[in-house]
Amino acid sequence: MEILQQLFFYVVALVAVISGLLVVTCRNPVNSAISLVMTFFCLAIFYVTLHAPFMAAIQIMVYAGAIMVLIVFVIMLLNLGSAVAVRSRHAVTGAVVASGLMLFQVLILLKKGSVSVVKGPIDAAQVEAVGHTELIGQSLFTDFLLPFEIASILLLVAIVGAVVLAKREV
Amino acid sequence: MIVSVYHYMVLSAILFSLGTIGVLTRRNAIVVFMCIELMLNAVNLTFIALSSYLGNMDGQIFVFFIMTVAAAEAAVGLALMITFYRNRESIDVEDFSLLKL
Repeated sequence: MEILQQLFFYVVALVAVISGLLVVTCRNPVNSAISLVMTFFCLAIFYVTLHAPFMAAIQIMVYAGAIMVLIVFVIMLLNLGSAVAVRSRHAVTGAVVASGLMLFQVLILLKKGSVSVVKGPIDAAQVEAVGHTELIGQSLFTDFLLPFEIASILLLVAIVGAVVLAKREV
Repeated sequence: MIVSVYHYMVLSAILFSLGTIGVLTRRNAIVVFMCIELMLNAVNLTFIALSSYLGNMDGQIFVFFIMTVAAAEAAVGLALMITFYRNRESIDVEDFSLLKL
């Protein structure tokens, strides 16, 4: 059973990494967008295996639904071709070296360090019993009420800003 | 050996690095924007993996707020790109040089 669990993880992780690579390398922005949706779905699968089903649903609805529809809509609206839009060879090498170095540092940190073991009260059994949405809601509307209200104001500002920026001059 | 929190952290680090490569190498502003979304998602995976591992709900609330900010960013950023395209007929990040001295 554990072997199966690990196999599942590696298969989904492989799909996530390959589609992430395609986001970066595809010439056509539409292909990049489709690959990004694939990555979002893989991450949603991971959220389910991490006992966070509400987050998986939100991931699919908000990211793969709303945000990607917006991006694809803008790509179609601007009618972008698949022109070669990559920087010079030096810039690409520099970027790959820089982010490879960053990945290397993070991997060393993960290998040498250890995760804190101050465990909280919530485990998989409680998520099963109470329900993930209810747990999120309890936390969101008690401890994080002020950030929640601020997020609503942020969304209002974003709506007004988007309309003001994108509308034609009257 | 069962799937541990380290597996998720390594995967998240790989996805974040891929996003960084995309932001630094691509010139199409929309693709750069999608790479930023990829980086945000890598961070979300870290938050949820650690939240689930430590038995604490706060990480998932953070993911909730990151998604809110990403949605706001998508709306405003894409509106900016439409405006820019209308003025310059291009969304190449090399052309975003209005403030350059």
